[in-house]
Amino acid sequence: MTASDQRAAGRLALPRYSSAAGVHPPLDCPGYKSSRLRAPSQPLVPMPQRLTEITGPLFGAERVTAGDADLTTGRGGEPLGERIIVSGRVLDSDGRPVPDTLIEIWQANASGRYAHKVDDHPAPLDPNFTGAGRCVTDSLGRYRFLTIKPGAYPWRNHFNAWRPAHIHFSLFGRAFTQRLVTQMYFPADPLFPLDPIFNSIPDPAARARLISALDMELTQPDWALGYRWDIVLRGRTATVFETEGK
Amino acid sequence: MSEGITPSQTVGPFLAIGLPWADGPFVVPPGTPDSIVIEGRVLDGDGQPVPDALVETWQADPDGRFDHPDDPRGRAVAQGGFRGFGRSATNPSGNYQIVTLRPGPLPCPDGGTEAPHLDVSVFARGLLDRVVTRIYFADEAQANAADPVLASITDPARRATLIAAEAGDAAAGDAGAGDAGRTAGDGTCGRFRFDIRLQGELETVFFDA
Repeated sequence: MTASDQRAAGRLALPRYSSAAGVHPPLDCPGYKSSRLRAPSQPLVPMPQRLTEITGPLFGAERVTAGDADLTTGRGGEPLGERIIVSGRVLDSDGRPVPDTLIEIWQANASGRYAHKVDDHPAPLDPNFTGAGRCVTDSLGRYRFLTIKPGAYPWRNHFNAWRPAHIHFSLFGRAFTQRLVTQMYFPADPLFPLDPIFNSIPDPAARARLISALDMELTQPDWALGYRWDIVLRGRTATVFETEGK
Repeated sequence: MSEGITPSQTVGPFLAIGLPWADGPFVVPPGTPDSIVIEGRVLDGDGQPVPDALVETWQADPDGRFDHPDDPRGRAVAQGGFRGFGRSATNPSGNYQIVTLRPGPLPCPDGGTEAPHLDVSVFARGLLDRVVTRIYFADEAQANAADPVLASITDPARRATLIAAEAGDAAAGDAGAGDAGRTAGDGTCGRFRFDIRLQGELETVFFDA
């Protein structure tokens, strides 16, 4: 490191990302069997946000090709199931849109089967549906996917366990601290009270933020229902570090 | 302010449908001079490999700079295809592999210097939120000794879980992740081993940033 870097270090004004304390599920979740051998047993060590944490990869349009946001075409024929539009905005918790950021999604087909060799649920695969999509938010943080409503499916967590229908979402945001992978659910799913993953989120209000809303303005008549879902990442505030005496 | 933040959920067992990229492990293109391979296994509380995890890395370039507008020293111009970001799904043996350049040291906002490091996110079925750790380098003993994050961990055995060991070329075959390493080309000049133990004895230190 050069002397000028050292001097610059004394003047570093870094944004700071707000705490997500109490929002995310605790890693140790006895009702979720897969967490038993995978959740760390030691408490997380607090780490101040410095240069590596307040920066991050800025993936955008270069990672997406035409048609990536449409999961219903490009496979030779139309997939079976209920065609839906999923759209919303990516914001930070201070209400600012997160523009030009990559969103990746994956999901089961209409029968509740994933196009993955490990999924042995005896429901039909759909040759016209792989269940993966990508898009980039626009300048206002908006995104839009066209897909098929995924089905509920059984899993081996406990006897007669079924997951509510969901779509997996992965977001980068603007910084390492904003990285988020989560799941979007559909309104009024009767499986909600039974699902340990959904209920791993302690705060019911936070849990409810994972549920999309039927939106008739987004819905296209005679063609596809629209579900609206906004995603909120940790907010950002500029902080100037005092340099006196350094 | 945590108000309104969207909560995390697990990636589940089928992340391979949506997240791996063919070029994911390559923070720099194959054959880049001075590139290194960082590889290791993700292990569960029984010491068993985790074959359905995703390891992501983020780091400064060799000059300790970031191609990012929030770096107050100015945005670095990415050189030679350096992306700063790596993404590797684990294979059936739980191995991941990243091909990158060694990051430079970083100035701290409050003075001092951070030793060269990569920030790491691990995603897997069974993890309701990502876990975050850091990779430091065993051959940077002097810089590591002055690093504030390492210094915040008082137990030397725990601190050691954050240090990648020089593996030597012989370890390449042993790792078996293969894909990235085999195609990394002649430019590679060093291999480092960094295992991630999610739970149990010698559990890796995970951070709340």
